[in-house]
Formats: sequence, structure tokens, C-alpha cells
Amino acid sequence: MTSAHGVAVGVAACAKTFPDGTRALEPITLDVARGETLVFLGPSGCGKTTLLRIIAGLEQPDRGGRVLFNGADVTAIPIERRNVGMVFQSYALFPNMTVAENIGYGLKIRGIDRAERAQRVAELVALTGIEGLEQRRIDQLSGGQRQRVALARAVAARPSVLLLDEPLTALDAALRERLRFELDSLLRMLGITTIYVTHDQAEAMALGDRVVVMRKGAIAQVGTPREIYFVPANRFVAEFVGAANLLTARAVNGVLNLTGGKLVTADVNTAGDVVAMVRPESISVVAPEAASLSGQIERISFVGDRQRLTVRGTIERPLLVDAPNTLNLKIGERIGLAIDPHAVRVLPGERP
Amino acid sequence: MGNRLSFLAQLALTLLVAAFLIVPAILSMLAGVTANYFRGIRSGLTLQWVMQVWELYADTIVRSFAVALITLAVTLIVGVPAAYALHVRGDRLARAVEEIITLPLAIPGLAIALALLLAYGGLSDFRRSSLFIVAGHVVFTLPFMVRSVIAVFALIDVKTLDESASSLGASAWRRFRDVIVPNAVPGILAGSLMVVTLSLGEFNLTWMLHTPLTKTLPVGLADSYASMRLEVASAYTLVFFVMIIPLLVAMQIFADRAGRQVALR
Repeated sequence: MTSAHGVAVGVAACAKTFPDGTRALEPITLDVARGETLVFLGPSGCGKTTLLRIIAGLEQPDRGGRVLFNGADVTAIPIERRNVGMVFQSYALFPNMTVAENIGYGLKIRGIDRAERAQRVAELVALTGIEGLEQRRIDQLSGGQRQRVALARAVAARPSVLLLDEPLTALDAALRERLRFELDSLLRMLGITTIYVTHDQAEAMALGDRVVVMRKGAIAQVGTPREIYFVPANRFVAEFVGAANLLTARAVNGVLNLTGGKLVTADVNTAGDVVAMVRPESISVVAPEAASLSGQIERISFVGDRQRLTVRGTIERPLLVDAPNTLNLKIGERIGLAIDPHAVRVLPGERP
Repeated sequence: MGNRLSFLAQLALTLLVAAFLIVPAILSMLAGVTANYFRGIRSGLTLQWVMQVWELYADTIVRSFAVALITLAVTLIVGVPAAYALHVRGDRLARAVEEIITLPLAIPGLAIALALLLAYGGLSDFRRSSLFIVAGHVVFTLPFMVRSVIAVFALIDVKTLDESASSLGASAWRRFRDVIVPNAVPGILAGSLMVVTLSLGEFNLTWMLHTPLTKTLPVGLADSYASMRLEVASAYTLVFFVMIIPLLVAMQIFADRAGRQVALR
């Protein structure tokens, strides 16, 4: 069960305009490899759920758009014949059925006999860790249990592709984090092609082989979690994925001239007015005397594993710096800042 | 002082309600089992009038139940799928259709009956059968069925349930049978009892649509008031009460239970 299975999913020029004229999706072209977990990440209203529903067959793309499963056009095939597994944000479990009946429903529809169905249900109950709940009614389950039942039900009939629409959003923060790890190992174990929709960047990076960052119905960037985090294509991705300092400066031979000193980039050819990004955790606090860059601490917020400083006088805007939680700092103190040239990312698509 | 005044006012209101709501009903029923109404209860109690009503009007009672049950069957077969389709579509067209279905609530029954007569009165076999009355009752009761089923659909997010069943491979028919109907049971029950009760008591429409051979219980009631001695008419009222009150009570019980079930979710 560990080898990759499911289908490769292709989306070709899928746009979506709603009957009232709202453009939910610009033409999107994407490929999802067999066995891959792809995450659609973006703020609400960015079109990520619409794109998922088009792949599922719950929405039709505008004319010209096509959805392909292993290269075969499935655009005209209704959802009930696409062999997809889907987990909804509200889970949409059937209140008139027990947990076991919910999980076995897809198998029943496919005409699988009672004995085989019971065996497969038992397998999934064990896999998702909900033993003992088989005969419960849905309204007797907690949020986390419902989430597991919804997942078990979606994968029971061995779908070609698993589609998850914000499956953890309905849960509280602590449970969400725990289930995220569980879900990740489960998806790895199943090895099925998975498309996952979320607005939570931590969830996206933890679960995705690749992440599609979306904005206003279009793709802002596609890349591995490391790529979108360290090499964002533009300002939107830089700011949406993690915390980011954006600095606007004039560069000469790869050196940026900032209010608080000079910042060396890894590329000596960087020149002219540029927009660059530095993550707060890639800035270290050093003694001010020897540093080429400095500033004054305006605010310190201690968050446990680190302390986040707001530093004035380095760039035009306040600069966010993550310092180790053991460092003894005071508000108003003048500090030096050291930044690894490789951690400075000049955003290619942005002009000041 | 103020307390006493408010107590007296409440007592007066209660007595007034009793005087106009309960006393006439009790008197009317008593009259139905009194040997001679003009001599009063002293003349003795008797079931002869009830027996006489049964002899004279048994056919109207049987017909009323038949009409109510056929009306129920039609409103179930038409109304439940209609509610499903209207709710799942939920667009402007669906809302317009819902409004049109609801229209008979606002139009006087006499007007609906007249329209039915104008449109289909010429089909004489149909016109002469009890099915003509069924048609009128369906028009009149359908909105109650559709509305109470839609109300339950709105509470349980049936649209997402429908989508999740379809993602599991269920065809529209299987979805309707396995997921939609079982989850709409509280609404279907409430709607059914309402339809039966309304159909049994319907007079306006039925009075226009009936023929001498297709009288229903309420039409027979009017007939007996007009042409029979008072005791017989009252006995008829008694029979009507005995039939309709258990239905009303059942309706209340089911409505309570359905409300609790939905609240649990």
C-alpha cells in the first residue's frame, strides 16, 4: 500500500465565471503527478475551492477548460462516475447512518458484498484509529472523530484521487496540529494522489509535496514548500507564506544601501532599484560596533521558543527580527544585525 | 391592589375564551347525544343520532379519508422530490417555482375551485369522480408539504450531504433514497399530518368541486346543518371531532419530536 497509486491529474485552461458574472478563476493549467500531494493555498476568495470542485466534478469549468485523469478527458463525466474521494470542510457525514455504514457507503454503492465490505471497513477503522466507534451515530462523535470518519469514508473505495477541502479548519488549534501530523503520515502511507485545499500556510507546508499559492483566481506560484518559503516569486507569496521583511532599496554591485547601513546580497549583479525579502529568523543580533547594519529595538514580544524584535532605523519600515529566547535585550537598545547574503531574496517581479 | 386587578383581568379573559371557544364546542357535542335538544339534557342521552349520521353519511366519511390518503400520496410523490430539487438548485428559477407553489395559500379556495372548473370541468368523467376533489386538495396542500420538507433540508445542509453522497459514487436516485429521504423524515412526517388534516377539514374548495355523489365529510356537515334536525347535525360534528382530534394530537407530538431531533444535530 506504500507505492504510489491513483491517477495523474491534469487541469488545462480551466476558468470559472459564475452566472452572475463574477470571475472566480482565471484560466488555470496544472499537473499533479501520480501519488503526489498538492496543496492549494490562498486567502478566502482566491478560487482554491472552486478549482478543487472543478477537479471533483461538482462544478463545470468555462468552455475550453478540461480536467484530465491519466490523460483522459473527464470534464463531461459527473462526479459520481469519476471515482474520487472527497472530504468536506463540514465533513457531511450521513446523520441517518452509523460510523461503519458511513465508511462502507461507497463500497455498498459499488455493489461490494457485505463480508468484503465489513473487512474493508474494519481495515479503515484501524487505520484511522477509531476502533470502538463503529456503531455510534454521527451526533455522538467529537470533531476530531468526525474528521477521521470522513477521511476513512473518502478512501474506502480506493478512489483515483483524494480531494480535501479545508478538512482541519473546523477543529480547534491544538487538535488541528495533532491531526495534521496524523493526516500527513496517513497520506504518505496511502500514497494516493491528493489535492488539499487550505488557507493555513503551516498546514500547506507540512502536508504538501508541492504548494500552489493562489490569489484572486490565479496562480501566484507553484513550488515545493521550501521554494515558496525561501524563493517566493513575488511580494504576495513572500508575505502570505510566513513572516517577511520587504525592503525597497538601491543596489550597486550586489550591495543594498539601507537607512541603517549596507546589506550584501549573494548576487553581485544586483543593481538599480529593487524589492528584496528577508525572513525574520535569518537575521542575527550582533554587537553594533562591528556590524555593517544596525538599528534600535522598539518592541520585544516574547513568544516562548524565540523573541520577536521590532527594530527601527534599519529600513524605512519597522524590521522584524527573531532572536534566540535566551538573549537579554532591552527596549531602546542599539543592536547590530548580521544577515547571510544567501538569505536575501531579490523579488524579480517587483518594482519599488 | 394592582395584583388583584390583573388577576381579575386575566380571569375575565380566560372565562371569555372559555365562553366562546370551549362552551360552544361542548354544547354542540352534547347536543349530538341528547335525546331532545329543546327539552335539554333531562330528556336523556342517546347514541341514536350518531347511528343515524353513520347511516346517512358513512359514505362521506369513507370518501373523505380516501381523498385525504390519495392527496397525501400525491403530495408525497410530487412534493418531496420537488422540495429536493428546489433546495439543491436554489437559484432564481427555483425560488420563483417555490413562490408559485405557495400561491394557493393566499388565493381563496373558491377562486381556485372556479379556476379548476373552468379549466377541466369539461372532462366530464373526471369532473364527476372524487379525483376532481383530490386535484383541488393537492393544489391546496402541496405548499405545506414542500415547505415543511424544505425547512428540514435547510437545517441539515442537505446540499453538502448530496454532494458527499455523489462523490462516493451514488446516482441521483440512490442519493435521494439513501440520504435525502431518511434525513428529511421529520419534515415529511410533519408535512404528511398537515396534509391529511387539511384535506379532511377542507370545505371551501370541496364545496365548489363536489357533486351530489362525491360529498366529503365537511360538505356533508354543511348539508346536515341545512336540512337535518339539530341533534343530527350536532352528532355529525361529534363524529368529525372524534376523527380530527387524534390527528391533531399526533401532529403535535411528531412536530415536537422532529424539532428535538433536528436540534440534536
